[in-house]
Amino acid sequence: MIKLISRRILQGILILIGVSFITFLLSFALPADPARMLAGKSATPETIASIRHELGLDKPMYYQYGRYLWGLLHGDMGRSYAQKTAVTELIKSRLPATIKLTLAGILIELLIAIPLGVMAALHKNRWSDRAVMLLSFLGVSAPQFALGLILLYVFGYKWSILPLGGYGTPAHIVLPALTLGISGAGWYARIIRSSMVEVLGQQYIRTAKAKGISKSRVVLKHALKNAMLPVVSMIGLDIGVFMSGIVVVESVFDWPGIGQLTWQAIQIIDIPVIIGVVTVSAIAIVLGNLLADLIYPVFDPRIKYQ
Amino acid sequence: MKKAFKLTAFTLILLLIFTMGFQVYGKSNKTMTVSFQTDITTLDPAIGYDWQNWSIIKSMFNGLMDYKPGTTQLIPDLAASYTVSPDGKTYTFKLRQHVTFGNGREVTASDVKYSLERVLDPQTQSPGSGFYTNIAGADEFSAGKAKTVTGITVPDKYTVKFTLVKPNAAFLHTMALNFAFVVPKEAVAKYGKDFGHHPVGTGAFYLKEWVLGQRLVLAKNPHYHVANQPLLDEIVFQIGLDPTVALLKLQHGEIDLLGDGIPSSRFVEVMKDPKLKKLIVEASQLQTGYVTINTQMKPFDNVKVRQALNMAVNKPRIIQVINGRASVANQILPPLMPGYDPSYKGYPYDPAGAKKLLAEAGFPNGFSTVLYANNVDPNPRIAQMLQQDLANIGIKVELKTLAQSTVIEAGGTKATAPLVWSGGMAWIADYPDPNDFYWPILGSASAAPGGWNWAWYAKAEFDKRAESADVISDPAQQGKRIKLWQGIFTDIMKEDAPWIPIFNEKRYALHSARIGGANALFADPIHIPVYYNGVYAK
Amino acid sequence: MIFSNKLTSGQKKFIRKFLHNKVALFSLAIIGIVMIAAIFAPLIAPYNPARQFINGLTTSGMPKGPGHQFKLGADLLGRDLLTRLIFGARVSMLIGIVANGVAVLLGTLLGTLAGYHQKKIGTAIMRFTDLMMAFPALLLAIALTSILRPSMWIVALVIALVNWVQIARVIYAQVMTIRANEFIEAAIAVGASTRRIIFRHVLPHLIPTLLVYGTLGISTTVLLESTLSFLGVGVQPPTPSWGGIINESQTYFLDAPWLVFFPGLAILLTSLAFNLLGDALRDCFGHEGGNVA
Repeated sequence: MIKLISRRILQGILILIGVSFITFLLSFALPADPARMLAGKSATPETIASIRHELGLDKPMYYQYGRYLWGLLHGDMGRSYAQKTAVTELIKSRLPATIKLTLAGILIELLIAIPLGVMAALHKNRWSDRAVMLLSFLGVSAPQFALGLILLYVFGYKWSILPLGGYGTPAHIVLPALTLGISGAGWYARIIRSSMVEVLGQQYIRTAKAKGISKSRVVLKHALKNAMLPVVSMIGLDIGVFMSGIVVVESVFDWPGIGQLTWQAIQIIDIPVIIGVVTVSAIAIVLGNLLADLIYPVFDPRIKYQ
Repeated sequence: MKKAFKLTAFTLILLLIFTMGFQVYGKSNKTMTVSFQTDITTLDPAIGYDWQNWSIIKSMFNGLMDYKPGTTQLIPDLAASYTVSPDGKTYTFKLRQHVTFGNGREVTASDVKYSLERVLDPQTQSPGSGFYTNIAGADEFSAGKAKTVTGITVPDKYTVKFTLVKPNAAFLHTMALNFAFVVPKEAVAKYGKDFGHHPVGTGAFYLKEWVLGQRLVLAKNPHYHVANQPLLDEIVFQIGLDPTVALLKLQHGEIDLLGDGIPSSRFVEVMKDPKLKKLIVEASQLQTGYVTINTQMKPFDNVKVRQALNMAVNKPRIIQVINGRASVANQILPPLMPGYDPSYKGYPYDPAGAKKLLAEAGFPNGFSTVLYANNVDPNPRIAQMLQQDLANIGIKVELKTLAQSTVIEAGGTKATAPLVWSGGMAWIADYPDPNDFYWPILGSASAAPGGWNWAWYAKAEFDKRAESADVISDPAQQGKRIKLWQGIFTDIMKEDAPWIPIFNEKRYALHSARIGGANALFADPIHIPVYYNGVYAK
Repeated sequence: MIFSNKLTSGQKKFIRKFLHNKVALFSLAIIGIVMIAAIFAPLIAPYNPARQFINGLTTSGMPKGPGHQFKLGADLLGRDLLTRLIFGARVSMLIGIVANGVAVLLGTLLGTLAGYHQKKIGTAIMRFTDLMMAFPALLLAIALTSILRPSMWIVALVIALVNWVQIARVIYAQVMTIRANEFIEAAIAVGASTRRIIFRHVLPHLIPTLLVYGTLGISTTVLLESTLSFLGVGVQPPTPSWGGIINESQTYFLDAPWLVFFPGLAILLTSLAFNLLGDALRDCFGHEGGNVA
């Protein structure tokens, strides 16, 4: 088992090295001169030359990659063109808001998906099952930005019961989390349904029913607990999906997290920030996957590392 | 029913947990809350160069010169007095005494010298270094050939002397630019590149708190050297608010000033609202929105083509689309700038005449070209209107709406961008002198890679006339100098038409009823959106 | 083969099942409408998509809402929204089909290669897909388009580059199973060339999977394209694209909600139709998918 865990970790490290190489290539392939971008309107040629030297742009590529990797290991991802602040600092200061929104999004996602998935599984192949499945496709197919704007229009503007975006009070988190949750809830409802169908057909559930335990107790206590296992690992694997959603939702709702940072960086092509966010999310995804792999057997006694 | 209740309660509790740590920002009586959509980039006066940080920095630092609030009139600030030598090449400033930095140390003449050398040092990477290359010895210093700038000397603790290579009538204006603001050497040494996030200056306010992407709080400097300033205890900048949301918050009393101005989409409605209308202050800016025509690219090397373009654009309709927040421009200088020529009427809107000119130039069937524009609303819309207007006279325009930096890059690259719409590129004059509209954007020296002369307009004749105007540094002769400049700009448009001037944007400041101050402070041409030091809370 | 005149019993069964699936027919109808709109846009659309009507705006410059002249309202420049939506279908369908086509091609090629040659090439390809999976699709696409400067073809290319990975992994798994079959061993034994084996014995078995993923993939592509355009790194104005229309009108959406609502609906319906169709195809192929060929 230890051998396997260390192999997984080694694999993760190799992927991270690959990630660093790809993000480096992205910043290397820039069409415009980053030194000029940093220098601005009235800068003298001496200033531009100084920046070029500082960034190591006058050195060969392998040297630049070495520098980049060294910096990355020390948490240095360069400085934003616009803010002149260290990218690491920018991301760090916005991380709490994003984590808050992501957790709230996952919560809403599960609150929608679990009841729907369980209902569909219990009424398998009946009209309510079909309706749930159709609904789940609707959630998956909805463009998040349009959904968010429409929610804003209805709840924030027409009915004025929730804030029109921004950050500060608990009410502010409802709409962005809802937008994030609705999109994901579709997939999760399907996963819960199929996993629930499988669990309900198993021997111990039938035994429990035969023992005369009430149906709702069987469903909630025994079946749902086991059916949730694949969901737990899915969340670990889904960090990438969430990161994509975060960019859209935070830009629609003016949520001061990493997504808004990315959106602002896109508008002004602040490449170091964009690449920094890509790097950080890739690292998060690799770690998330690793964690899902390692945690799964803890929850599910049937799976042991061979 | 019971289960549903439990579920709701559970959700609410969880939501509460997730949202803990949010805090609502309380208001003291003398606090002003300003909304901004994007974060402030930096507060380092040597680096900051956008309209958002420009006036915040002005409230945190001081230079030798400043402007009288609400006007474009120069007044001494950290300088108590100054003298100019008869040849216009030497400026001697006497410093105000007992002015202290935020760290308690007194400002001396060597701080002034240090701050300017810092801007000229390539290591600082200041975007404003170009303004000071006329100081004797600046080039040698920037190139690393000299340890100090020989043209800046410190005869005693409170005297600093500048020697210029050639006379420059706008030199005092450059001393009022943020780049010339005085910073303490020891604080710069301490924070290095992060000085912009840990600013230490002499200004009316100091930085109290900065949560990136959320808020920035300035607090009153109790030792400020200007009597009875500032009038506010705190200014809270709320970051990340969409302008539309900010307006609603202003109506609810949560915001006092719209940093980004009235959102264009709500403009009509606000102007109709009797309550809000009273709180609006209209201001002209030192700004012209224009299209540059690359005079070095075919077929725009033909003046007739450029004149035809000038006659093809329906400017009132463009202004309609931006909800009437501008006035038609017919010349290079904005009306507020000395040298504006009210008698010059520019080119008329005349598509038929434009077509005729095109035919005379040898393009009866038009041609194809490319227009570059910034990708932030309303610029893509304006670009599409220009596209339609030019299509009406047979010119097929391909649009490239790109990020600001990419457009700037294209404009400053030889033979790349035939047409550039300047909107969103922040061409607001750095200082209220007409020469700022010539040298950086129309002079031959700026028609170079990386320059801002996107029309690539280079005429030795006008360079000579401009130089002869700029050597007049005697304040008594300013009227004559401005007359010379007026002739230059009118002749450029008449003879060469390197631009299509489109409009002069107006600014509409909107503040809550509890914030007071003379209207001129909200319409300040130098301090945008407001002269922070002079406003007060009721 | 699948295009021969005589249908096998499996194919007949598939068609019968498909025709009985109401959801499948419904989604096919929506796709048909979008396709027709895309192909015949200049004939169907009431106006020219670039024409800026002076009466499309009020005197104070606000866009006019849905009404007699502009059925779904006008946009911020006074252009007809319905016309722009119809022309927007072109962009969505073109990018949907091209980008997804390239992704499926790339995914099939690399997935088959990896599954068939399980040794070095296979490992290398699969490790590379692992690496690609570490990047969030939207963020990678944003980084690529902002570096390469967006245009319609760049957007299509970037989406293909991001989307092929999933397909490659599915195909890889299938080819591995097929490879282990006896009839492949037999073919190798009689000395058939690798190319012949892949084209005659492996690829035909992949067709159901390719059809399903080809359809589902268009849904993902349509969503990704509209998201990129919404963020401003997708298709550039004045080319009308659904996501782009919302991006252009975002600041005015409280006063002109139709400029967000209708394009949003178009994206939702198109994406939904391809999702449902893909799902229906998967149902109809069932467990006997392999027999269809």
